[in-house]
Amino acid sequence: MLAYILRSLMQGLVVMIAVAFIAFSMFRFVGDPVVNMLGQEATLQDRAELTERLGLNDPVPLQFARFVADAAQGDFGISYRQGRKVSSLILERLPATVELAVLSAIFAFVVGIAFGVYAAIRRDGWIANLVMSISLIGVSLPTFLIGIGLIYIFAVELRWLPSFGRGDTVKIGWWTTGLLTVSGLKSLVLPVLTLGFLQLTLIMRLVRSEMLEVMRADFIRFARARGIPERKIEFRHALRNTMIPVITIAGVQLGGVIAFAIVTETVFQWPGLGALFVNAVQFVDVPVMSAYLLFVAFVFVLTSLLVDIVYVALDPRLRGSALVPAK
Amino acid sequence: MTQPVLSVQELTVEFVTRRGTLRALDKVSFDVARGEVLGVVGESGAGKSVTGSAIIGLIDPPGRIAGGKVVLSGERVDNLPPEEMRRLRGKRIGMIFQDPLTSLNPLYRVGEQLVETIQTHTDLNAADARKRAIALLDEVGIPAPDRRIDGYPHEFSGGMRQRVVIALALCAEPEFIIADEPTTALDVSVQAQIITLIKRLCKERGTSVMLVTHDMGVIAETADRVAVMYAGRVAEVGPVRDVIKEPLHPYTQGLMGAIPSITGEAERLVQIPGSMPRLSSIPKGCAFNPRCSKVFARCHVERPELIDVGGHQVACHLYDQASAGKTEIAA
Repeated sequence: MLAYILRSLMQGLVVMIAVAFIAFSMFRFVGDPVVNMLGQEATLQDRAELTERLGLNDPVPLQFARFVADAAQGDFGISYRQGRKVSSLILERLPATVELAVLSAIFAFVVGIAFGVYAAIRRDGWIANLVMSISLIGVSLPTFLIGIGLIYIFAVELRWLPSFGRGDTVKIGWWTTGLLTVSGLKSLVLPVLTLGFLQLTLIMRLVRSEMLEVMRADFIRFARARGIPERKIEFRHALRNTMIPVITIAGVQLGGVIAFAIVTETVFQWPGLGALFVNAVQFVDVPVMSAYLLFVAFVFVLTSLLVDIVYVALDPRLRGSALVPAK
Repeated sequence: MTQPVLSVQELTVEFVTRRGTLRALDKVSFDVARGEVLGVVGESGAGKSVTGSAIIGLIDPPGRIAGGKVVLSGERVDNLPPEEMRRLRGKRIGMIFQDPLTSLNPLYRVGEQLVETIQTHTDLNAADARKRAIALLDEVGIPAPDRRIDGYPHEFSGGMRQRVVIALALCAEPEFIIADEPTTALDVSVQAQIITLIKRLCKERGTSVMLVTHDMGVIAETADRVAVMYAGRVAEVGPVRDVIKEPLHPYTQGLMGAIPSITGEAERLVQIPGSMPRLSSIPKGCAFNPRCSKVFARCHVERPELIDVGGHQVACHLYDQASAGKTEIAA
């Protein structure tokens, strides 16, 4: 089991280095950093000095090594546009995105599994059919449209919820949270629904079809023949077997939620990393872009590692055994 | 004669489909006495497994029991409400399935599945249920059961898993066990062990068994009586010796002729021409009439009922003394 997790860790490391290389290359191919920092008017001497100071005369592998070492310590350089350290920009924006994404993920997962299981058990009930039809809308509508629709209904017409921003936040250390104030919570509702809806419908449809598949398995039939109550068969025997394929797909999906909250953040003017990235692209702010790239890769690696660990916890076939040594 | 443990009377199972109602079982009747092993043979689709599912109340929709009775130790069970039927399953009727590799839930320890079943049907607490589970594993011949009980299904070989499945079927000491092709998915060398095990356990406990298989060798070795099924009907029932040595029904005769024997001289294997009719096109009269070499007029008109002929029962007009067509056979 340890070997299995170590292998996942190694894979994650390889991915991170590969992405780091792409992020590093951006500096060389998207504009000239010296020009970007000094502007058009600088003298040749100024340029030579800065080039030397930035280490741009060193061999490329050495520069890359330095980039990786800096990044590993959280140093991504200085934003061209804002003149501040990229790391502090990201830390400032991180809480907004993390709160939005984690809540969306929980919402999508909990509601998606509940509805999926319900739709599988009451396969022919009208509620199940209704839920399935609505989920089809979720799968086919683009996120921004759902966001705008929700804003129209709940912010413009009903005036129940704010249409943009985070509301009042509370500072806890460097972390700012919107979870502790009424306006902060209210502000979270629409973005969370918007960001989570697509994932919810995907997870729900996946849970339903996987569960229907599992319910046809021989061991379910055998459990019935042993007289196990139907509830126990559904929630103990079938659900856990359903979760294995669901976790795989949902894990990747949830990585996407955290990483690509860009559209939702734009629609709701959410002061998170997605918005930071969109601005950075507009101004070719390469250090911010490359840091964001690394962040996204890190989130994906982290979620897939988590999925691997959950996998081992769920499926004994992946664990080494006390009776038979793992192959 | 004492009361049979299981009595199936004119059991009819239908599947309602878009293309009409298919009759998978058509007035199937047989009894199983206490401690007796009844073998059920027939080709694929003859209704052997459906019979087992119908008895234990596990026919998947759109199938349903359309008629007849299932009587367990004098008590009618086919019309019980679902919850009572559920409680009866595993407690009074056990079932063993064909493929031990897929019969066990891969995510739970063998012990968890045993304890779950034991606690469903008895009032034992967790510790006592575990003790009982270990005893059961020991009884079905699993070595070091106190250690193996904490193993997962994938840590057992096919034969060992089938032993676990048998232990699960025996959890609540049922009076009747349905073994649906229990050895088909196993290696030949393991098959004999499993058959011996089932036979021994049932003898010790006085449990009756319905052994569904298409392997005549298994039947010959294990069963006391045998029922031959064809197209959802019982063609012939009788003591295993009689049916194998002197099959009466032309279908059974064909079936026996199709089995190669090692000791016998190099006779040609006899095949039955044609194949079993689909459920949607079972002929009128005797279902076997298109393939029967001894068919006569009455076979096309009237369905033969099971009649007693010298110790066993057969559903064939040939043996009906009142048959007016008797003379035509010679012709």
